[in-house]
Amino acid sequence: PLFIPLAQSDMKDYKHLDIRNTVGNVPMEWYQDYPHIGYNLDGKKIFKPIRNKDELDEFLDKMENPDYWRTVHDKTTASDIRLTDEQVDLVHRLQKGQFGDVNFNEYEPSVDFFTNEVMIHPVTNRPQDKRSFIPSLIEKEKVSKLVHAIKMGWIKPRKPKETTPQYYDLWAKEDPNAILGRHKMHVPAPKMRLPGHEESYNPPPEYLLTEEERLVWEQQDAEDRKLPFLPQKHSCLRAVPAFSRFIHERFERCLDLYLCPRQRKMRVNVNPEDLIPKLPKPKDLQPFPTTMSLVYRGHTSLVRSISASPTGQWLVSGSDDFTVRFWEVNTGRCMKTLEVGGAVKSVAWNPNPAVCLVAVCFERTVLLLNPSLGDRLVVSSTDQLITAYEPPEEDKEQAVTWALSEGLEHNMGHRLTLTHPKAVKQVVWHGKGDYLSSVMPDNSSNLQVLIHQVSKRRTQNPFRKNKGLVQCVSFHPLRPYFFVATQRYVRVYNLIKQELTKKLMTNCKWISSMAIHPGGDNLICGSYDCRLAWFDLDLSTKPYKMLRHHKKALRGVAYHRNYPLFASGADDGSVIVCHGMVYNDLLQNPLIVPVKVLKGHQITHDLGVLDVTFHPTQPWVFSSGADTTIRLFT
Amino acid sequence: MGGLQKKKYERGSATNYITRNKARKKLQLSLADFRRLCILKGIYPHEPKHKKKVNKGSTAPRTFYLLKDIRFLLHEPIVRKFREYKVFVRKLRKAYGKAEWTAVERLRDNKPGYKLDHIIKERYPTFIDALRDIDDALSMCFLFSTFARTGKCHVQTITLCRRLTVEWMNYVVTSRSLRKVFISIKGIYYQAEVLGQLITWLVPYQFAHDHPTDVDYRVMATFTEMYTTLFGFINFRLYQTLNLVYPPKLDSKAESELKAEHEEDYAMDSESYLEKLSALSASLARVVATAEEEEENQLDQFPADGEDLENMEAREKEQKEQEAQNRLFEGLKFFLNREVPRESLAFILRCFGAEVSWDKSLCIGGTYNVTDETITHQIVDRPDIDKQYINRYYIQPQWVFDSVNAKMRLPVEDYFLGVTLPPHLSPFVEEKDGDYVPPEKLKLMALQRGEKHVQEEEEDDDDDDDDEEYNDEVDDEDLTEEKNLKKMEDQRSQGKTLAVKVTPGKVKPWETGSVGNKVRLEKEEKAEEKRLAIMMMKKKEKYLYDKIMFGKKRTTREANKLAAKRKAHEDTSKAEKKQKKAKKQ
Repeated sequence: PLFIPLAQSDMKDYKHLDIRNTVGNVPMEWYQDYPHIGYNLDGKKIFKPIRNKDELDEFLDKMENPDYWRTVHDKTTASDIRLTDEQVDLVHRLQKGQFGDVNFNEYEPSVDFFTNEVMIHPVTNRPQDKRSFIPSLIEKEKVSKLVHAIKMGWIKPRKPKETTPQYYDLWAKEDPNAILGRHKMHVPAPKMRLPGHEESYNPPPEYLLTEEERLVWEQQDAEDRKLPFLPQKHSCLRAVPAFSRFIHERFERCLDLYLCPRQRKMRVNVNPEDLIPKLPKPKDLQPFPTTMSLVYRGHTSLVRSISASPTGQWLVSGSDDFTVRFWEVNTGRCMKTLEVGGAVKSVAWNPNPAVCLVAVCFERTVLLLNPSLGDRLVVSSTDQLITAYEPPEEDKEQAVTWALSEGLEHNMGHRLTLTHPKAVKQVVWHGKGDYLSSVMPDNSSNLQVLIHQVSKRRTQNPFRKNKGLVQCVSFHPLRPYFFVATQRYVRVYNLIKQELTKKLMTNCKWISSMAIHPGGDNLICGSYDCRLAWFDLDLSTKPYKMLRHHKKALRGVAYHRNYPLFASGADDGSVIVCHGMVYNDLLQNPLIVPVKVLKGHQITHDLGVLDVTFHPTQPWVFSSGADTTIRLFT
Repeated sequence: MGGLQKKKYERGSATNYITRNKARKKLQLSLADFRRLCILKGIYPHEPKHKKKVNKGSTAPRTFYLLKDIRFLLHEPIVRKFREYKVFVRKLRKAYGKAEWTAVERLRDNKPGYKLDHIIKERYPTFIDALRDIDDALSMCFLFSTFARTGKCHVQTITLCRRLTVEWMNYVVTSRSLRKVFISIKGIYYQAEVLGQLITWLVPYQFAHDHPTDVDYRVMATFTEMYTTLFGFINFRLYQTLNLVYPPKLDSKAESELKAEHEEDYAMDSESYLEKLSALSASLARVVATAEEEEENQLDQFPADGEDLENMEAREKEQKEQEAQNRLFEGLKFFLNREVPRESLAFILRCFGAEVSWDKSLCIGGTYNVTDETITHQIVDRPDIDKQYINRYYIQPQWVFDSVNAKMRLPVEDYFLGVTLPPHLSPFVEEKDGDYVPPEKLKLMALQRGEKHVQEEEEDDDDDDDDEEYNDEVDDEDLTEEKNLKKMEDQRSQGKTLAVKVTPGKVKPWETGSVGNKVRLEKEEKAEEKRLAIMMMKKKEKYLYDKIMFGKKRTTREANKLAAKRKAHEDTSKAEKKQKKAKKQ
């Protein structure tokens, strides 16, 4: 390590003592454990004083020694030094911030060397340069350059800055054809909305908000408010205050102008009357039922199904009160009431006028009744037809059991009982009156539809596969086709070829009912989602027309046999009769015009009209409802 | 399977649009500069038709600019100026930091500036385009001209705005193109027809502004920068069309008149000149000295036939009306009291040919005193005035506004001092059939048609002797009004169809005859026919139809509500009147 000798402090020691510690500038603690405390000039050890003072000695010294205050401990020699008077004086002066030297005068008078008085003699005796007497060539060159530039017009005097903008005729040479690229897609900003009466400082009283309206206005969010300000009334112009949101509104307009995305919107400006299709007047499409003329009362529960006899003289109805009633159409009299062992789901009168048979289904049974109404000959011939059956030689296993009714039941009119394996929902006759189909909706088996032949008492299951829950079935009126409606599709099968010919997409959620036009080429489907789909079988498998005229689920649809009419009954309690003209000309599409909304049925338990059917010859329509009545509209 | 696989979002609308951030990056501008550029160049975001497609499948809310717009911005010379300015600011800051004051001064001297002339020309290729878009510029300049010079924006901008608006007002006065005025709670709306364009602007009331903190004044300042440039050029051109000197100068005659009176009041001529101009009391100097009155610009007569002739006649009639309106206050001498808004009233009155003056202490430019005997109308907005002259009307300022909107001098009785003023209606509302028309408007329309309206309600409160009669009259009025209301409602309900309900109504006395029944039956039949036809509507059309009908119903509902409110109000006020009368007796 480098030892720097402490010259200053040692100088004093040197005067009084001859020992000079040459240990250097090191902490003296290093010598704590040694007997010596450094070395003198000769390299001899300087030993510490024999006995160190302890606290008590120190104290005694302090008390007794009058020079204690001027004694200083020297660490390098570990000895005490008594300061002389001069030294004490020096310390005092330094403490006061005075110079150490007694003789130094800090306030000596200053001598002004450079004064404001011009002296006659130079400070230095150096003579001036020659160049200070002759003009500068470099400057001359610079000036001449500038002069030349000004002469040549290269340098112009600095123009004063114009503070106000200069305006001129900007559109002096305007070219209206100057279409810029961006102007093709340019959407000019709409102008500000012009103020209405409510913005006036003195509006008519009706434009002022009432107390409640004002409260509502205040509670609304700024975006929801219809008016962005509160209309106010001031008695005179003097009383009108400043509008507090003026700058805001201006600012918002600015934001709209540069931030708001613009889009060109085509506003449809149509007369709503033009949207309504021009249809022939219902008056010109008569006849159709217009008024309710008869109400058939007697049932005690909702009437599920009705059917008219082919002559049009009788009407049969099946109800949830376990009865089937026969009515005379013209008088509204109940001719017969038959108790059956369950809620009647469906009734169907045999369409063959030579046969007097009614199919009734309830629970797992389909009952063929002979109501013994009308022509005696027909009644007896029907009975003969039933009894003339001869069982075949070999007995085939059948899906249903055919049983002939006898005795009391026979007197009541029961003729044949077909017991099904499952609950039956619907029965339909073929147009000839010999075949009969029954529907047993079941999602999990292929045994849903059965076709029975009455004359041979034979039953067959036409389908091997389950294609979905069957809703209803129907026979084609002329050709050997069979229509099966599942939830969303109507499948048309050819019974002779035993194949699927068509699959109609109804676009409905759940088909409820179906009817075939007597011509056989058109079909209507009612659905629980308030739609009625008209299919033209020649046209497409998609609906030709979709009507949404009912407010609630459709329950029944029907075509008239002779007149171009069809009707639909729905849960909203109304029957809508439409004119549905089918033309022989294949190029002309059917004309569909709603002609009458028939109301009368009360809505009970959210059910309105359950079934509709037309009179076979007259333009009359029957409807059965959940309010236990059957109504005839003529 | 040949060919390259087509990638999604690489063609079509996805490539036509660009998001804001991408646009900013493409232009290499800061957001503030980008905003400024968009404002100046009039670039705005577009709403794409198929947002999801443009947004590359994402539904995040983004604003889109047309890519072509952004490309168009790339070539803008002003972008370079922006960059220069950025550099300038940097240099200046550095010089300040180093305390190099000469450098600061030098930099200040060479501060880069830019002009917007080419942008204006580009945005508005024709003068009419520019005029069509001046509404916002006017409103903005009028707002800025009312700002105090306290540092919300540059003082130069404020003075420039003030100068331009004064020029504009002088132009409107000289060309007599003011059409409609409206005192709203926000300010005063003016509508002028300049070169066939309807221009509407809003002027705030003369109060100190309470500057909101949530408004970005830089955006407004940028807009104002653009607007002042546009506005100046338009003013220049408009002055040129009228053969006026631009910048406007007072007529030498008027100038000398004004000088004689007020020379000693104002320190500097340059300062007082704008004020003299803004006083609007003197006409302007023309480039070519013409006769005082311009010759009537007659429509040229063309031999025409049939429809053209009709059109022509209609146009001629319109023009005549217009001229009549322009001379609405001609020959009248107005004096404005201290408390009325001087500038707006002087502006309006001068626009329609009146002479206006005001107190000397109010503003420079008043040409005559209150004591002038020829004054016809004095506009006062205080409940009463001490010294009244006999040969003049003391009216409230609303009379001027209402008369302008009615295009005729309305009877002054309704506007006398201390009288409850009739409601002030907006002239901008054009009622279609089915809308609610306030009864005041109906009255006014009758007055305009020239029908002498019998003013039953205008009777004084003190004539009690014909109280009985009065009551009868009131009842009659009630009846007629109710009938009117009913008729109006009927008219309205004919328009709507869905709500038609056929109910077995009561047999009314005037319907007992078979004729009435037949009519009703026919009506019912028609209604049913319509209902049935509506059933056959296609889904799309039905939706549209329902929407239209819903809107119609809503308007009728609102109109009915207003009518009912009015009726209730009138009933209560009548009851109060009666009570008062009863008390008096």
